[in-house]
Amino acid sequence: MSDAQDTTARPAAGAASPPGHRTRPFYWSVRREIWEHRFIYLAPLAIAALVLFSYTVGTLHLPHIMASQSATEKTPAHMPPTGLPYSIAAVSVILTGILVGVFYCLGALYNERRDRSILFWKSLPVPDVIAVLAKASIPLIVLPVIVFTVTISMQLLMSGLTALIVLTHGESLPAFWVTWPIYRMALVLAYGLVTLALWHAPVYAWLLMVSAWARRAPFLWAVLPPIALCLAEKIAFDSSVLGGMLDNRLFGSFNAAFNAQGPSAGTLIDISQIAPLQFLETADLWIGLGVTIVFLAAAVRLRRTRGSL
Amino acid sequence: MPCIEARDLRRSFGKTVALDGVDLTVAEGRILGLIGPNGAGKSTALHAILGLLSFQGTLSVLGRNPWTERDRLMRDVCFIADVAVLPRWLRVAQALDYVAGIHPRFNRSKAEAFLARTTIKHHSRIRELSKGMITQLHLALVMAIDARLLVLDEPTLGLDILYRKQFYDSLLNDYFDGDRTIVITTHQVEEIQHILTDVMFIDRGRIVLASTMEDFETRYHEVTVAPDQVSAARAWRPLSERQVLGRSIMLFDHPDRAALARLGDIRTPGLADLFVALLGPGSTAQREHVK
Repeated sequence: MSDAQDTTARPAAGAASPPGHRTRPFYWSVRREIWEHRFIYLAPLAIAALVLFSYTVGTLHLPHIMASQSATEKTPAHMPPTGLPYSIAAVSVILTGILVGVFYCLGALYNERRDRSILFWKSLPVPDVIAVLAKASIPLIVLPVIVFTVTISMQLLMSGLTALIVLTHGESLPAFWVTWPIYRMALVLAYGLVTLALWHAPVYAWLLMVSAWARRAPFLWAVLPPIALCLAEKIAFDSSVLGGMLDNRLFGSFNAAFNAQGPSAGTLIDISQIAPLQFLETADLWIGLGVTIVFLAAAVRLRRTRGSL
Repeated sequence: MPCIEARDLRRSFGKTVALDGVDLTVAEGRILGLIGPNGAGKSTALHAILGLLSFQGTLSVLGRNPWTERDRLMRDVCFIADVAVLPRWLRVAQALDYVAGIHPRFNRSKAEAFLARTTIKHHSRIRELSKGMITQLHLALVMAIDARLLVLDEPTLGLDILYRKQFYDSLLNDYFDGDRTIVITTHQVEEIQHILTDVMFIDRGRIVLASTMEDFETRYHEVTVAPDQVSAARAWRPLSERQVLGRSIMLFDHPDRAALARLGDIRTPGLADLFVALLGPGSTAQREHVK
C-alpha cells in the first residue's frame, strides 16, 4: 500500500536522503520532559494554592484587626497588611522550584537508563547534546519561568483578595496596598530568579552529570562526595576552603546579585537593591558558568557512552 | 553500496569478548536473521551497528561510521529493542506528537492509519497497554518512518503467537518494499524463517554461518532415513542425527539433493534444527565451526 508514493519519494540507493519535513528537536525534547515530570509545574502550583488558602483564612480577620487598630490610632503606614505574607509566599514558591529542580536533575539521565527507555529515545534522531541541553533547560529556564508566573499570579490574587475583603467591609484600602508596587516586585523577582539560576547552574549541571554516571543511588553519589571532601579537608588541614566555596555556591546568590546595604522596605527587597553590574563583575559567577559547561559536556559524553543499566 | 559492512569488528566488556572479529556484509533490500544463543554477541553487534557502542575494526552502515556519525545516521535507521523500552508514562498521542516533532521522515497519517486498525486509544498511557498493544504502537511509529534500515532486537519477546504472527505479517505486507533492509534477532527462529532472505549464526562473538536462504535451501537437507538405509546414510556424514518415533532423522550439509532423497523422506530443515546441529551441545560440527 505504501509502495507507490514511497518509491517515487525515495532516491536511488546511496544518493543523499530527502530532507523530509522540518523538525524542532529541542522544543519537543523540552516538552517531553514536562510531559514526563508533571511535578515541574504541579508542585509550585500546589504550594501556591496552599499559600493562597492560608492567606485567605488569615485575611478574613483583617477588617477586625484594622478596625481595632484605627481605634487605637496607629500611623497608617504601619498598618497591616505588610509585605511579609508576599515575601513568605514568594520564598515558598522559589524554594519549591529549587527542590523540584534538584529532584528533577538527579533523575533526568538516570531513570531513562534504569527503565531502558533510553533505547527508545536513542532510536530517534535527537543528538545527545540536544537531549542533555533540553534537560538542563528545565532547572535553568523552564522552572524559573514557572516560578515567576506562579508567584506573580499568586501575589496578584492575594492583593485582589485583600482589596475585596477590605472594601466589602466598608474600610478604605490600606496605604500599603495602594502603594503596592506590583510591577517593581515583579522586576525584583525576575532579576532574582535569573541570577539564582545562573548562580546555581553548576549545581544543576553537577547533578545532571552524576545522574548520567551513577549506576545506582545518584542522590548519594551527588551529595556524599562533596561532603566527604569538605570533612577530609577539615581533618587533614583544619581548613574549610572547600566548605566555604560550597556554601557560597549554594547560598551566595543573594549577596552576589543584590546590594545588601541598600535601602530596604522592611521584609521586601527594594528595586534599588538590585545590582546587576556587581553581579556581572563577580568572578565566581563566570567560574561557575565555566564549570557548568564542563559538567554538561561530561553529561553529554556519558549519555553517549553509557548504555542502559 | 552494501547497507551494512563490517570488517574484523571487535568489542569486549572487561575480560568478556562480545565480538571477536566479525565480518559481515548485508546488501540493501535484504532481510537478515541474526541468530545465536544468549550472550553470543547479537545485541552487541546490533548496538555497534546502531552507534550505541564504540568498537574496534571497521564498520559502515549506509556509508557512515555509526559511532562518529550516529546523529545523522539515525534519520535513516529505525530500531525496536524489545517491548519494554517505550517509556511507560508516555501517552499514545504524545508519542505521535513527539516523533512527528523530531523525525523528519515521520508520516503521521500513516501511523494514525495503522493505529486505527488496532484497539489502542490515543489518550492511553503506555503503562495501560498490554504487551501486544505496545508492540503494535511501536510498530506503528516505526512503519510510519521512511527509513532505509530497520533493526529489530527480539521485537516479539513475551508476545503470544497471534501478536507475533501479526507483527511479522504487518512488517512484510505494510513495510518491506524491497529497498529497505531489515535485520532481526529472535529466539523464535522457526517463525521468521519464511520471511528471511539471509541468515547468520553467531556464537561467542564469531559468525558461524552466513548464507542466503536460497543457498541454505540447496545446501542443507534433512532426511527421515528409511530403516534399511541408516548405515548408508551415515556414510554421507550427517551433521547431526536424532531419533524421532524410532526413525533416524539426519541433517546433511550436501548439495546433492537427488542422492539424499534416495535415503528416505527429504525436506529443507528448520533453521532451529541446523542451529542445534551446528551449535548445540555435543554436535560434531561444533568442534569444526567454533574454535
